Amino acid sequence: MNPILKDAGISALVALGLFGPMIGLKTEASATGLFLVPRPLALAAAVAAVFFGRLVLLTWRGRRPGRYRANRGLSEALKRSGRFLTPVLLAFAVVLPFISGRYGIDLGILVLTYVMLGWGLNIVVGLAGLLDLGYVAFYAVGAYSFALLSQTFGLGFWTCLPLAGLFAATWGVMLGFPVLRLRGDYLAIVTLAFGEIIRIVLLNATSITGGPNGIAGIPRPTLFGLQFSAAGGPDTFSGFFGLEYSPTQRVAFLYYVILGLALLTNWVTLRLRRVALGRAWEALREDEIACRSLGINVTVTKLTAFAIGAAFGGFAGAFFATRNAFISPESFTFIESAIVLAIVVLGGLGSQLGTALAAIVMIGGFEVFRDLAEYRMLLFGTALVLIMILRPRGLVSGRTPSVALGRRREISAELVAEGRG
Amino acid sequence: MDSPLLQVTDLTMRFGGLTAVNALSFEARRGEITSVIGPNGAGKTTVFNCITGFYRPTSGGIALTHPDGAVFQLQTLPGHRIARRARVARTFQNIRLFAGMTVLENLLVAQHNALMPNVASGLLAVFGLGGHGAAEVIAIDRARGWLDRINLLPRADDPAGALPYGDQRRLEIARAMCTAPVLLCLDEPAAGLNPRESDALAELLKTIQADGCSVLLIEHDMGVVMRISDHIVVLDHGQRISDGDPAHVRADPNVIAAYLGEGDEDDPDVPLAAASDGPLAAAS
Repeated sequence: MNPILKDAGISALVALGLFGPMIGLKTEASATGLFLVPRPLALAAAVAAVFFGRLVLLTWRGRRPGRYRANRGLSEALKRSGRFLTPVLLAFAVVLPFISGRYGIDLGILVLTYVMLGWGLNIVVGLAGLLDLGYVAFYAVGAYSFALLSQTFGLGFWTCLPLAGLFAATWGVMLGFPVLRLRGDYLAIVTLAFGEIIRIVLLNATSITGGPNGIAGIPRPTLFGLQFSAAGGPDTFSGFFGLEYSPTQRVAFLYYVILGLALLTNWVTLRLRRVALGRAWEALREDEIACRSLGINVTVTKLTAFAIGAAFGGFAGAFFATRNAFISPESFTFIESAIVLAIVVLGGLGSQLGTALAAIVMIGGFEVFRDLAEYRMLLFGTALVLIMILRPRGLVSGRTPSVALGRRREISAELVAEGRG
Repeated sequence: MDSPLLQVTDLTMRFGGLTAVNALSFEARRGEITSVIGPNGAGKTTVFNCITGFYRPTSGGIALTHPDGAVFQLQTLPGHRIARRARVARTFQNIRLFAGMTVLENLLVAQHNALMPNVASGLLAVFGLGGHGAAEVIAIDRARGWLDRINLLPRADDPAGALPYGDQRRLEIARAMCTAPVLLCLDEPAAGLNPRESDALAELLKTIQADGCSVLLIEHDMGVVMRISDHIVVLDHGQRISDGDPAHVRADPNVIAAYLGEGDEDDPDVPLAAASDGPLAAAS
């Protein structure tokens, strides 16, 4: 039998099984109770649609053997465009507060926060190949570290920022020690649980964290001691520079803070890739057993990846706290981890440009389509499925070598391992 | 006075009810190429995994003595320490290169500990401190030297996974040598190579030996084994059945019985040399 017909027939059978109860039967209320109304025509239409749809899809695909090659061409085009796309994006990011209103800057802050989180998680997932589903835990640790330090000791943002990173890194190491002997799915599940544990502890340790009420009144960052307030004295930004006060000044300043933090994350990651530590991470992603045979301490190397990734999550968390001036455990649910991981995977594991693009598409796109109300989830899901079908290794796949005797040539994604934890 | 480089004493490895290696003792002398041969399932790779720390032996001792007299009890060390401190390097039966990294990067990862003695220095390197730059220049030079030796210099910037099979085998050996070992353990390096590539491999191993690195070799290609080995240990069912120089092993009736099966008692004197294209050579 023609394999295409057979495939379509099997699809139709599956559709029959699924749609049988869902479309084929309808319950109707009457005075005596519910009774079932069979709908054979509707069922037949649905099954026929699946059968012919599958037939058309398979025939069309069979006619186009060059599809995947064309796809690789697209990938290379995207990579080449990266050379000028990066400076363009960067320039746009720098001038955004001057060309955009309050809403645009707020959206920029949101996107950049996720870009930074994506780059931080990229160290763990993209470079070291460790699947971490609880990254939000470190984000929460950073946010709560800053909030509690400022509440208890009255410390400012810039003092607390490195401390927040340090605390998050410490938690990364504490989680890492028992967990990193697990691999693949097991690692993912335990990190997921860790993310939830942190959130539930924050929720229930009411005497310290305020529980579900959260912590309010977190101080805003200052520019070398200058505050952004309407008071207008010489120790405020507007007073010192003799400008008229506008709340946009503070938002723009926050924007540049997160831009700087994100670029710092990017710079450190790019540097790390070029030195022994980053190369060991990538080697670990490729083959852990070979690493061990070359004398690389696998546990320590994984821990550093976890700790450095966590530190950047902590920085982002501290920024989140200072931007919102209020935090509560609600902001650190699993969905945040999932979004950040989706950004990394969609962008292409290990790719800095891809992660930034994915964050813009995912977070920015989500905001732009706000008017579509409930349909935007549908649109969003469709977009994700499409990207995964067309570009299974993410927007920017492939890998740039960290060192070369001659010219650096891109390594095709088919050769690069994804890591199994 | 000259103690053996590697002394294996009463090594036993059990997996549940299965005894893969049973009270095995042998030694590998400094500066020699020692081969471990035996039929499939004789326990050769298990011995290797015990020596290189991938398995913890059930009982027995593995002592490695450095030229400066330092002794390492390998059965007590974790795998990465064996490679780093005891300086035992290995390759794998199924090649384990970092396929998505370039040839040069593979050789640099092997010099990880020289580039990054501890985590702090690894972090300082991000800011260009701690002498990482200078160390990397040395590491690249060393890698370049090895690439030149295995004729892969023109392909230094290609991904390792894209190399032909024979080149991957040689690259894996070069990568192991980049860790500056005193003992190089090779698990079937000639498997899947054509005769010309096997000859080149034998030459490479000879030059490695001439450089002062001792070699422990598991191999089925008897042409290579008989040509380059100084000393051969034959295993069967996890036990040593013969031990000596190639001529001795070749003539040992126990070895012939193990390779040809027990039914050869009518004609126990079949010389291995006569069967050079026979069972031993075919086993690869």
